[in-house]
This record gives sequence, C-alpha cells and structure tokens, in this order.
Amino acid sequence: MSGKAFSSEVGTGSREENASRHRGPITRRAFASGALALGASNRAFAQGFAGLGETADGFAAVTPGRPFSFPADHGPHPEFRIEWWYVTANLVDASGAAYGAQWTLFRQAMKAGAPVEGWANQQVWMGHAAVTSATTHRVGQALARGGVGQANVEATPFQAWIDAWEMRGRDGFDADKVAPVELKASAADFSYAFRLAAAHPLVLQGDRGYSRKSDRGQASYYYSQPYFTLSGRIVIDDRPIEVTGQAWMDREWSSQPLASDQTGWDWFSLHLPGDEKLMLYRLRQKDGRENLFGNWITPDGASREIAASDNSITPTATTEIDGRKLPTSWRVKLPAHKLDIETTPLNAKAWMGTSFPYWEGPVRFAGSHAGIGYLEMTGY
Amino acid sequence: MASENPPILSVTRLTKSYRAAGEEVAVLRGVNLAVARGESVALTGESGSGKSTLLHLIAGLDAADGGEIRLGETRLSDLGDAGRAELRRDRLGLVFQQFNLIPSLSVADNLAFQSRIAGRHDAAWHDELVERLGLGAFLKRYPEQLSGGQQQRVAIGRALAPKPLLLLADEPTGNLDEDTADDVLQLARDLVARTGCGFLMVTHSARLAATLDRQVTLHAGRVA
Amino acid sequence: MSRALWILAVLLSHWRRHPMQLATLLIGLISATALWSGVQALNQQARNAYDRAAATFGGARTAMLVGKDSATIPQKLFVDLRRAGWPVSPVMEGRVQIGGRSFRLLGIEPVTLPGEVGSAPAIGRGDLQSFVTPPGTMLVAPETLRDLGLTEGATPQANGTTLPPLRAQQQLVPGVLVVDIGIAQTILRMPGQVSRLLVGKSRAPHATLQSVAGDTLRLVAPDAESDLERLTDSFHLNLTAFGLLSFFVGLFIVNSAIGLAFEQRLPMLRTLRACGVSARMLNTVLVLELVSLAFVAGLIGLVCGYFIAAALLPDVAASLRGLYGAQIPGQLTLKGEWWLAGVAISILGALAAAAASLTKAIRMPVLVSAQPQAWQQAQRRWLVLQSAAALAVFAIAGGLIWLGDSLLAGFAVLAALMLGAALILPMLLELVLGFGERRARQPVSLWFWADSRQQLSGLSLALMALLLALAVNVGVSTMVESFNRTFLVWLDGRLASDVYINATSDTQATAIKAWLKDRPEVDAILPGGRADTQFGGVPIEVLGLPDHATYRDHWPLLEQTQNAWVRLRPGDTALISEQLSRRMKLGIGDRIEVPAPGGNWPLEIVGIYADYGNPKGQIAVNFAALTRRFPQTPLTRMGLRVAPEKIPPLIAALQDKFGLDDRSVADQATMKADSRRIFNRTFSVTAALNAFTLGVAGIALLTSLLTLANSRLPQLAPLWAIGLTRRRLAVIELLKTLSVALITALFALPLGLLVAWCLLAIVNVKAFGWRLPFHVFPLQLIQLLGIALAAALCAAALPVARLARMQPASLIRIFVNER
Repeated sequence: MSGKAFSSEVGTGSREENASRHRGPITRRAFASGALALGASNRAFAQGFAGLGETADGFAAVTPGRPFSFPADHGPHPEFRIEWWYVTANLVDASGAAYGAQWTLFRQAMKAGAPVEGWANQQVWMGHAAVTSATTHRVGQALARGGVGQANVEATPFQAWIDAWEMRGRDGFDADKVAPVELKASAADFSYAFRLAAAHPLVLQGDRGYSRKSDRGQASYYYSQPYFTLSGRIVIDDRPIEVTGQAWMDREWSSQPLASDQTGWDWFSLHLPGDEKLMLYRLRQKDGRENLFGNWITPDGASREIAASDNSITPTATTEIDGRKLPTSWRVKLPAHKLDIETTPLNAKAWMGTSFPYWEGPVRFAGSHAGIGYLEMTGY
Repeated sequence: MASENPPILSVTRLTKSYRAAGEEVAVLRGVNLAVARGESVALTGESGSGKSTLLHLIAGLDAADGGEIRLGETRLSDLGDAGRAELRRDRLGLVFQQFNLIPSLSVADNLAFQSRIAGRHDAAWHDELVERLGLGAFLKRYPEQLSGGQQQRVAIGRALAPKPLLLLADEPTGNLDEDTADDVLQLARDLVARTGCGFLMVTHSARLAATLDRQVTLHAGRVA
Repeated sequence: MSRALWILAVLLSHWRRHPMQLATLLIGLISATALWSGVQALNQQARNAYDRAAATFGGARTAMLVGKDSATIPQKLFVDLRRAGWPVSPVMEGRVQIGGRSFRLLGIEPVTLPGEVGSAPAIGRGDLQSFVTPPGTMLVAPETLRDLGLTEGATPQANGTTLPPLRAQQQLVPGVLVVDIGIAQTILRMPGQVSRLLVGKSRAPHATLQSVAGDTLRLVAPDAESDLERLTDSFHLNLTAFGLLSFFVGLFIVNSAIGLAFEQRLPMLRTLRACGVSARMLNTVLVLELVSLAFVAGLIGLVCGYFIAAALLPDVAASLRGLYGAQIPGQLTLKGEWWLAGVAISILGALAAAAASLTKAIRMPVLVSAQPQAWQQAQRRWLVLQSAAALAVFAIAGGLIWLGDSLLAGFAVLAALMLGAALILPMLLELVLGFGERRARQPVSLWFWADSRQQLSGLSLALMALLLALAVNVGVSTMVESFNRTFLVWLDGRLASDVYINATSDTQATAIKAWLKDRPEVDAILPGGRADTQFGGVPIEVLGLPDHATYRDHWPLLEQTQNAWVRLRPGDTALISEQLSRRMKLGIGDRIEVPAPGGNWPLEIVGIYADYGNPKGQIAVNFAALTRRFPQTPLTRMGLRVAPEKIPPLIAALQDKFGLDDRSVADQATMKADSRRIFNRTFSVTAALNAFTLGVAGIALLTSLLTLANSRLPQLAPLWAIGLTRRRLAVIELLKTLSVALITALFALPLGLLVAWCLLAIVNVKAFGWRLPFHVFPLQLIQLLGIALAAALCAAALPVARLARMQPASLIRIFVNER
C-alpha cells in the first residue's frame, strides 16, 4: 500500500507543498518495508519478502560485520535498494515553548545496476519536512529523479539535497561527527534553517551497525548521530521564531529490511538525562506478535543492543484522528536499565492525514527518567 | 304563480352603453326580465334594439354597466372572467346564429366536448340527445359535411349536453330555411321541456317568437 | 387536469385536420433546433479537443518559463531553479516523422510535472519505471495508433532512431507523442536542453528569476484560453453565426406556421371561451400545446442535429487541422447538457416565435369586433420605427469598422450589417412598391402594387429571412471564390518543382541525391529544409530555400525590396510570411533576431510572401545559411525539376530503387490536387451550412406564402367576382411574389458583397493573418439571383396552384362569410 502511494505520487506529478493533499507521504518505516520499490513495487509487495531471494534482482544484501567508513558512508549506496538521511529535532523558543522539526531524504532505486548519468538514472528521491508546535503541524514533500542534480547526496564535501531543501557540511566538517552541518527546508506554509553541531562522534546501531528487523534475516545498516545541538529559526505562516534544541540523525540503508507480515511499528528516539540516548522500536506483526529492538547509548559513545526479554512498551492513552485510534501516550519499561517512563506528545495531532497516514512528532517523558524525544507510529 | 316558481334568470335595471366614434351610445337603458324554470321566452325587437347585447351580458361574455343579472342564486357582477366562464360551462347552454361548431372535431366530439370540459358528461343523456336530434348516422362526420339544420342540431345538443340551467340562443335559425327552422326550434323546445331548463331566444321572427311561452320585446334599450 | 386534457385534445384536433400546417411548424422547429444544436455539437467537440490539447502537460494553461532569445534552455537552469525553490518541470518538444508523417513529440518529466497540469497521463503505479528507463514508453492517442496502422508495443523508426514501444493512452490528443524528457532529448538529439519549464502553482518561497537565470528566461503567464481556442475562435464564431442564422430562419417558419394556425383557430378559441373555458385556462393549454410540440420537435431536431454534426465533423476536423493544426477526434461525443440545451432552445424558440400569437390569444375578446382600418396606420408607424432602428444599427456597424480592430468587432460589423439590412428591408420594399403604385395607370396594376404593399407585413419576416440567407450566400461564395482563385495562382508559384521527395533519413537523402545526379532527365535538385524555433514567444518555422532560378521566377512575393532573391544569398536576410508580418507588425527593412542553436541569428526582412493556411508564422532564408545555423535540420526534403513527360518513369524508378511510398515522393500535380482538396474542405462546411440556410429560408418563404394565401382569399374573391379569371388571378399572385422576392434579392446582392468584403478584409485577416484580394464574380451573382427567384417561385407555386384550382363555390362562400 505504501508502495502504491509513492508510485502514484510519482506518476501523477509531485505536489510538493501541502502534504495534507497528498495521497501518500510515507515514513522511513514504510519506506523500509521495501514496498516502495518503484516499478516492481506491486509485484514485489504481492509476493512479499518471505524469502531471502530479494538480492536476486541485483541489489546488494545486508550482512553482519560490515566495516563502516566515513565520510564515504555519508554518501549514497546505490547498490542497495533504499536509503535515508533522517533528522528529527526537539526545539524550544525564547519563551520556553516546545517545537519539533523533521528533515528526511529518501533514496530508492527503481532497478539495480551501475548508476547511469542523466535522466536514465535509476534513483528516485523523496524529501519530507515537517514542523510541529503544541497547536499546529505542518508538512511538506518533494520528489525528484536522480542523475540530473535536482536531488542527490555527496559525501565530500558533505551535502544532501532535494530542490531547495538541503543538509550541508559547514567549515570544519568532521566526518566522524557528521558536524557541523546546516539544515534547510521550506514549503508553502512553513520553513526552517538550522545549524547543527555535535560534541560526540556518531554511533552504530544494532550490532555494530547491523540492524536486525526480523528473525528471518531482514536487516539494514544503521548508524545515528544522536548528539546534535541545534540553533536556528523556524517560520510558520511568515512568523519567524528563533529556536535552540537537540537533534538526532539516523542513517539507514538496505535492500530488504522488513518482512511482509510486519504491519507497522512504533519507534522512539529519546534524549535521556546525563547525555544518555535510547533508540527503541516495536515491530508489530499480522498475527499480533511483536518484536522489540533498541540500543542504549552511553555518553562515552558505547551503543548496546537491548535484549528483547522482559522489556515492554505499552500504550496508555489513545487519540482519535481521522477515525483511527492512535496510541499517542506510552509506558516504556526496561527493567535491566531501571527505566520506567511515560511519554506524552507535544501535539497529539502530529498526523499526516493522508491515504497512507502516519504519526510523527516530538514527545516528552517523565518517570524514572525525564526528557524529550521523537515518536513515529505507522500502520494504524 | 311566479312566487311558487322562482326565476332561474332575473335581470333588473340592466344598463349598458358602448363608445363608438367618440360618442357614448346607450344600448340598454334599464332592462328588467325574468325567466322561470321550464319557461321559454322569446326576445324580439328591431335591429339595434339591444337584444343580442342583452343575451351576451346574460351569457357573461361582456360586463354590464349597471343593474343586476342573477342566475339562480349567483350574481354575475360578483364573478370574474374565470367565474363567468365556469358559469357558462356548468349552467348555461349557448347557441348562435353561426353554428360555432369546432370544424376539426367530429359530430360526436362536438356534441360531447362542453359536457366533458364541464365534467358533467352523462352517457345516457348523451345517447338520448343523439337520438332525439336524429344525429345517429352522422356522429363520425365533420361539421362541414353537414347541412345547416344538422349543424344547428349539433350546436343545440352540445349546449344541452351538460344539462344547463338556462339555454340561450341568438337567432339560432337565422341561417336556416323556414321548414328547417321550425324543425330545429321544435326540437329545442322539446329538449328544454325534457330537461326543465329555462330558454331565452333572441329572434326577429314574430312567427317563431309566437311558438314560445312568452315574448319580450326590446325597444330602444327598454322592455317595451 | 382532465379538463385541461380535453381542451388540449380539442386544440390538437386542428392539426389532425391540417397535417401540412403541423408539418410546417415541426419542420421549422426541427430545422431551427437541428442546425443550431448540430453546430453546437461541433463546437463542443472541438472545444473538448482543445481542452485536451491544452491540458496535455500544460499547454497555455500553466505558467511557463521560456528562453528569451533561444529556442531551448540549458537543463542546468532547471536544476538551478529547483534548488532555488522554483516548482518547475522541464518539457522538451520537437517534431518527428513516422512513415512520412509529422508528429509533435513531447518529452515530460513525470515526477516534477505540476499536479494542476491536468490530464497528465496515468503513468503512475508500476509504469513509471518503464516510462523513464530507456528505451522508455511512448504514449500516443488511440486514434494516432490507428492512423499509423500500428499496435501497442510497436517500435517505429523516426529521425534515424528507433522510437520507444508505443502505448495507447485515451486522454491524449491525436498527433502527439509523449515520452520521458530524457528519451525525448535522445530522439531529438538535444542532450542537456529543454524547450521550456512549466511552473507549478507552488506558494513556497523562492529566489527571484533574475538571481537564478539572469536575463535568459521569460515568464509566460498562464492563459485562461488556450492558443488553439484563440486561433480557432473565428472558425467557431463562423459556425455559430451560421447556426444562429439558421435558428432564426427556422423560427421565422415557426412564427408563420403558428400565426396561420392561430388565425385559423380563432373561431375555435372563441367557441371554447363561449362554452365556458376561462381565458387563463385556454392560454395555459395553448402554451402547453406549444411546449409539447416544441419538445417533440426539439428531440427530433437534436437527432437531426447529431447527424448533421456527424456528417460535417470530418470536414470540420479537416479544416481545423489544415488551418490551425488542431486535432479533433472523428468520433462525435456529446454531453447530457447538449441534449438539455437543445430541447430548451427549441421550446424557448417556439415560445418566442409564438409570442405574438399568444399575446393575441390572451387579449382576444370573446365577441368579434373588427377594426380593419387601423392596421394600415399601425403598419406605417411600425415601418418608420423599424427603419430608424436599422439606421441606428448601421451607424453602429460604421463605428465598428472605424474603431474595431478585432475578430469580434469584425463579426459584430457583419451582424450589425445583416440586422440593419433586415430591419430596413420592409421600408425599402414599401418605397419601391409605393413608387410602382404611383406610376400605375390601369386599375388592375394599381391594385397589383397596392395589394403587394398590403401583403408586406405578412411577408416581411420571410423576406428578411430570404435577404439574410441570400446575403450570406453571396458573401460566403464570393469569399470562397476569391480564395480559390488567389490560392490556385499562389499554389502554382509555390509548388514550382516538378517532383517532391521526402526521404526517410539523411543517409537515404544523400543516396537519393547521388543517384539523381546521374539521371539526365533531372534538370535540377532543389534541397529544402525546415527548422522550428520561436520568435516573440510563439513557435515559428524557418524555411530554407536554395538559391535557384526556379524560386526567383516562380515563388510569389507580396512585397519585396529590389533584388530580394540576390540579397537572400549571404544568409543575413529573410522573407517573412504575411501572417507573421501582420502579427508582429513587421515590414520590409525591419531587422529581427531569430533564436538558433548557436545563438541569435540577425536577419533583415527583404520580402513578404503569402503563406495561406499555415497556422504558424514562417520565415524563409537561404537554404545553405539555414543548415549552417540549424545544423540539426533534417536534409530529407528536396524538389526536382524534370520535364513533364519524364516524371512518371522517374517516380516509378525512385519508388522502386529506394522503397519510397506515395507519401514520400509525389509529383507537382498530385501535391497541388492534395492541397486544393484540403483547402476545398476548409470551406466545405461553410458551403454546406450555407446551403442549409438557404433551404431553410426557402421553407420560410413557402410557409409565409401559404399563410398569406389563406388570409388573402377574401381580398381575391371580389376581384374574381368582378370578372378576373382564376388563372389570371394566379398569374398576378405569382408575379407579385416574384417581384417582392426580386427586389429583396437585388437588395441582397450589394449587402452580400459588403459581407464578403468584411469577411476578406476584417475577419480573415484577424482570424488567419492573411488578406485576400476582393473579386466580384458577376456570373455567380446572377446564378444566385436565379436561385432566389426559383426558390420564391417554388414557394409561391403551391398556394397559387391552389388558388387556380379553387372551386368557385369556395370563393363564393368566402365572399359571403367575410363580408
């Protein structure tokens, strides 16, 4: 379904600004399901990813133990089907009001093979940008084909862009920190421009960057920079607001990260006190079972996988949006880490009310730990 | 006798004048007239004496200037065009000198259409009329295929088909030869007697006038 | 209700007894509705097609950026603009030849194509990949696929390459091939270039155009009306004018038929009133009767209109294609609104035509009171009023000629002329007949004139119809004939070569040239070529003419400097087409800069030539210079000078040797015949409608005369009574009709010539961009005069024959009854 949504977007032309008109803005999770695969999407989706044969159509497979190398890995990996550069930011203005911002660039290959220059290039790019406050939630989207320069990512000097949206390395760019960078996006009813810095190096998620998504081999390469500090300005309806805050970048690429019976997921990126970070997600399956994955990152940069055992995340309150019930408040328990928190959204209506709708927005949490973070929910 | 048989038609102090060549010409100057149920009255007078005008006023084809016309309980001056049309349709039968049949309707349809429009069509009465008027053989013909006498019979039949209160005739036999005229008038009298309605006939023929119950003569706009 | 039905039945019984009258009424209504809705159907069909064309990836409906001085824009500007926040999408456009036929190739970028562009084809879903990934997919209208005789998946050859597999796409316009932008760049050999950038309706902030593209681009605001709509306006106005004219002429018929029926039914209506039907009821039922008849006639008229439209559609489509390059599908599709509108117009038309009769019925007193002497005075007053109105309308027409400078003004002048002429016609006839009456000495001839005058009021509507139909006929046929004559002369000069060849590729062209060089019967090989570029924001053609005596001697120029052909040689001068010169207000000696791939090409205008029927502006330059400036120009076209008797064997040899078909090699005679055929079609619609209108006018005259004939018997009866034979009476009647028809026709001739002048000097210039010389064709005029009199004769014959055969008894009866 998400695949259909994307390809129909592409097919009927981009409608960049107003995502509320869109039929299918999608999330990294939907993207990750592989169902976005253009061209082959319907077929691929129908057949599912039950088997491991996906690499048979020419894309590279994700295997454990791959060494990462920067800045090269900040650039695209066209031998893999899908890839994204994903930034979420928790912001606060001078009066202390909270905001959220999202900047995402997706890459997807229509078919495998050595990259071709010009219009014959196989890549399709999609950008998502959003700004959230307690009272409003604005979304924008951009689409582009690769090969001509409308959208691309270059590792050195680092820059990722689609149309006028960009993430660009600034003077003194340190590849191991992916910082400092500047981040820009604009749409009909909002825009933002940020400067991001980081004092800590980036961290590998999963098992040294190999992120397992199912028991049947679906996986991705996954690293993050959860230590961005940020300052800049957001503009909503021509009203500028100076903000500062924290940001989190995820980089992920794969050829086939999700199993076909996985229906959606609930994903958290949380800034814990004392410079600790938590990345945690729950994959829901058709049969009602669920898998919990995550990494606990300590200030020294150590990133440990969380054992699935007695951890739990449970909805505590739901919000009804467009006739669907969304669990916008959660209780998260990780006994091994003595963590027991409840999360609440900044704006429970951080909703992309479209034909393939999803929820993405800033949250705060309290309990054993207190802080802020981002929540994304798909498949509701 | 008049008291035990109230008039169907009563005309009192009726006046009517026309404007012609810039001059007011008084045609009726206070006419009084009554026709009782079952009574046949001949209205005579020389040309221009106002007899046709009087008949038209009674028929509601024109409005009087003063005085009163009553048909049964109804005062004509109380009615508008639609009301007078309704009155003609339901309570009056009209027969003119020129036969006034509808040329595109067959005899049968000409006979029936007023009673149809009035919603008072009575099949038995219709058949009786056909028989009494001797029109049985001509029902499918069109007026132009009939003789003058036959056409006037159809006109009388059409006027009587809705069983009116009063039959008004303006020189109904004016275009017929004497024998035919007598025949037609005889038929009319018979049928009037059969229905019991009143009968007011304008004629300039003293001979025909004499065959009716009563004669009223107009002279210079008054009953002489 | 049943009362109303009974009354209706009584009213309708009249028609059963007068079927001819009913037929006339229905014919009037049907012809009015049929022609009007037929024309509407054609216009609607064409408009739908324009909408389709306009909606095809942002014709003029979307704002766009075009090169200021160049035919193409570097693709890099597209990227730069996107990165500066501009919601632009690139389009590459060019022409390709498949099997000797030229198609418009459109390269689009489906991912950035603005959503509001309209009926962008459903490339979506799984098809994007196959559309954008080489070899790609070529989307075509099903009609085009049929025309090409190809099936889906075929990969025809064009421009020396293999085209992507074809796929039918319902919502595309015929004649357009749609591919991905990258594929289009490859086919057209224009890598890294785009023709224009569509601008989406984004409200996102973006940099100024200047800061991104400097001074190289121009923003073209979206048009509510597409280019095609604007271009073809005149054609549709023309059709609409004919439709309206026929509609009104049809209503004349309805008017006289209803008038007659009303007169005949007066006694019936009186009887109904006397028998107790109220005036309101009677009027309601009269309207009900009319509406029912109009409804039935409207439906029949619509069906006829459908067939008229279907019959004319091929010619209309051919005209529009020939004149404007507009592609109209040959299958008539109609919307529900059309049917509703058709029935509505029939009913409204009938009510309008019956208005006078209905008003009379409403005011009708039950008692007859005749005031016969009044009508003459009323008629006189009416005539004066009408003539005053006519003069006012003429004044407006004069003002419009003086001030107006648009197509609409041209048509307004035409309409005003016709209306004024129609209004003043009765006065004119009155004057002529009055003059005749004063000159008459004999009693019968005195009566002849006087009675003709009296007849006028009854006939004038029909005569007006005749006048209009005749004037339009004279106007249109003069225009068509002028065009024909000019065109033939022009064609002789324009098609000066004896054999024309269009090779399938440059390679083949080279081979053909080499082969021809050895053929002794070939006196000269004249290469030709054509490039497309734009000038002043609109596409134009650049024609390459070789430096050869053939052109100097034959190519017709409207205006030129001295030695224009010699001055053409160095490649710094050009001839321009009349259309372009009028549109851009360019004259001899003006300098223009034509965008060419290598930069602007400065040219001085040394001549203006007629280029009839070309929707695009054109300039002609030296062929060698063209190939230098436009290196991509296909060199596949050439003309040959060959002695006439050697043409057939040479063509046969060429066809045999190079496998060329009839479309690729043709002799001059064939080309001329084809061109003439195309241009004849252009006016065949006009001619057909013309004939229809004249026919309808004839019917109008006939019904008016029939109406009159009945009411006139009382006037004739006394004459018969005083000793004129019926035959003599009939002859007099015939003469009277013919004389008024003749006066009308004589008046129609100058009016028609004026109409022709308007068409040639105003409407054509505005609509097509060329002005034709005005010729008068006396023989044709005499012929039309004859036709008019024949029509009048036919129309008068029936009532007159009835009169001649009328039984004396009927005359007696009338004499007696009407006293």
